[in-house]
This record gives sequence, structure tokens and C-alpha cells, in this order.
Amino acid sequence: MSQLLRFEQVSLRRGGRMLFEALDLEIDPGDALHIAGPNGSGKSSLIRLAAGLLHAERGKVERSRLALADDQLALDRELPLGRALRFWGASSQSLDAMGLSQLGDVPVRLLSSGQAKRATLARVIGSGAPLWLLDEPLNGLDHDGSARLDQLIEKHRLAGGAVVAASHLPLAGDWRTLELGR
Amino acid sequence: MIGLLILRDVRRGFTGSAWLPLAFFLLVATLVPFAIGPDARLLAQIGPGVLWIAALTAALLPIERLIEPDRSDGVLDQLSLRGVAEEAVAAAKIFAHWLTFAPLLLIAAVPGSALLAMDSASLVRSELALAIGTPGLAALAVAVAAVTAGLPRAGSLAGLLLLPLAVPLLIFGAADALLLEAAATLVLVAGAPFVTAAAIRAART
Repeated sequence: MSQLLRFEQVSLRRGGRMLFEALDLEIDPGDALHIAGPNGSGKSSLIRLAAGLLHAERGKVERSRLALADDQLALDRELPLGRALRFWGASSQSLDAMGLSQLGDVPVRLLSSGQAKRATLARVIGSGAPLWLLDEPLNGLDHDGSARLDQLIEKHRLAGGAVVAASHLPLAGDWRTLELGR
Repeated sequence: MIGLLILRDVRRGFTGSAWLPLAFFLLVATLVPFAIGPDARLLAQIGPGVLWIAALTAALLPIERLIEPDRSDGVLDQLSLRGVAEEAVAAAKIFAHWLTFAPLLLIAAVPGSALLAMDSASLVRSELALAIGTPGLAALAVAVAAVTAGLPRAGSLAGLLLLPLAVPLLIFGAADALLLEAAATLVLVAGAPFVTAAAIRAART
């Protein structure tokens, strides 16, 4: 499969409400897709569906190996950040890439929300997966953090990876946009 | 990944509250002589049964930390994205929980048996029954933890679910019917990973 993610006539119903119907989507290596839309339009649900954590009501989803960063930290709070990330196979290089190299010995529970966001992104970067799914990647990130993220996304795409990001904020760079909830 | 997960859960168990169930177990064993008086013969007679009741109540304490923290923090989701089947996660959690729970319980049964005036032959029989029954109890605890994860007042609900399902373990364990105890453990250990996995998947939102 050359495509990294493919939706074929996918419908998703959540809480009795149809979020989208008969959605077709194809993500090739090098692609970047921005899922936009107001709160509650199903951006996060689409990301979780793409990740295989939700199931489509109808249609077919095919996916390659992927990594997900959402608002759940999934790091052991009592461990130092470096060790907690190593559990998921993320090296110190991915810590450096997100500007966290000073914080490798700091317990995860002491991180600020922006630092925690950087840590979830560092896990995605260190995963080695070709497809990145990012749910509201800019939430809590400062200027430096989002600049680093933009650079890393650019690098990832040039290396043949792809990114799907759900965000209600505009994203820097060259993105295809899918507008939900209209 | 599975090996890492078992190591992580064991580490978290021992650095967290692994001693709490043990203290609770001894506390229950201490209460019985106070409640029924110091008649050594009577105590020795009911001793094995009391150890089992203490073990069951102690098994309730860790339930809320077995699945729910990892569910709400996204650890279970990330494991699934790494291609680890929920059934494998469940089996790893059962094994890790047994490792942090059973050995301490078996050690605590020694002072517990002394409090209940049990002789050494009776202690050995009880230890054997506990060793055979605790894997079943650990499996049941993880399954109940997954079924109740994320619910309000999950702790009390877990007690209502776990204790009736543990009755076969209690009957065969206290009656020293080791083969039947092993059979009950086998049923629980074989079924619990699938129940746990289904509950984890159903709890995803």
C-alpha cells in the first residue's frame, strides 16, 4: 500500500449524531492534511477513527503504522521525563527536537501543560511511524514550540512521511484543508 | 513491549501501594480473634476460611489503580497504536498484578496464621491453596477493574462484582480442594483477558 491512510465512504456516528457521511480521504507520503471545523464538528473523532481507536459506522479505513499525539499524556507521572518517553521508544534526540533536553530528569508530574504537550509530540517524533496524527497540536505550545513543530513536520514530509492534524487554529506551511461540520 | 509493560506495572505496584493490601489482610486476620474471643481450638478450626476472606477483601483494594489510570491517561490507546492487542495488555496486567499481590499475601499469611492459632500443617495447606487461587483472584481483579473503569464510585461497584464471582475460589480454597481450586483459577485466568480486552475497547470514546 503506497498510501498511508485511506478512508472509503466512511460514516461516523457519535452519541446518536452523524458527524460525517460517505467521507473519502487519501493520504500519500509527503501529504499534510489540516482538519478544520468548529468545536464539536468531529475533528478529534476523525483522528481517533484514523488511529483505529473508534470504529466507523459504515465504510472502510486502511492505515499504515502511525503515531498519535492528543491531549492524553500517557507518560508515567512519577518517572523522569526521559525515562518515561523511553518506555515508548522515544530517544533523547526527540527530546532535543522539541526543546526538552533540559527536562530529561524532571518528573513528568512537574511539567507545565505546554511542556507536557511538547512531550506528547516528542513521543510521536521518536516513534518512527510514517503517519503522524496530531489532535490540536498547537494547544499550549508557545511560539518557540510551534516553530519547532512546523520545522519537524516539514522534515518529516520531505522524508516521505505524512501528517494529519486537527486544529481550529491556522497551521503554518502548505496544508490541504478538510473542513468539517458544514 | 509486553515485557516492558510487565516490568513497568510491577515497578509501579511496588513503588505505589503494594503494601496496603498486605496490611489490610493482616488487619482482617487480627479482627477475628477480637470478634469471636481467644478460644484457640475454635480459631484454628475457622483459620483457613478467615485467611481466605482476608485475601478476598485485600484483593479489592488495588482494583481502582489497575486499569483506570492507564485508560484515562491514554496509555491503553498508545499501546493499541503500537499494535499490542488488548488481550495481550490484559494478560500482562494480570501477570504483573499477581506478582505484586500474591507473594506479599503468601508472606502475610504466616503471621496471619499465628494470629489465628493455626498449626504448621494447616498453614502449609492454606499457603498451597492461596498460591493456587491467587492467579485466579488476580485475573478476576483485573477484569473487574476494566469493567468498572471510568464509572463513578467504581470502587464499591467493583466489590459487588468481584466478591460473588470469587465464591468458587473461596469455597474450594477454604475446603482444601486443590484440584477444584486449580480448575476455578484456570477458568478465570483463561477468560479474564478476553473480558478485560472487550471492556477496554468498549470504554473508548
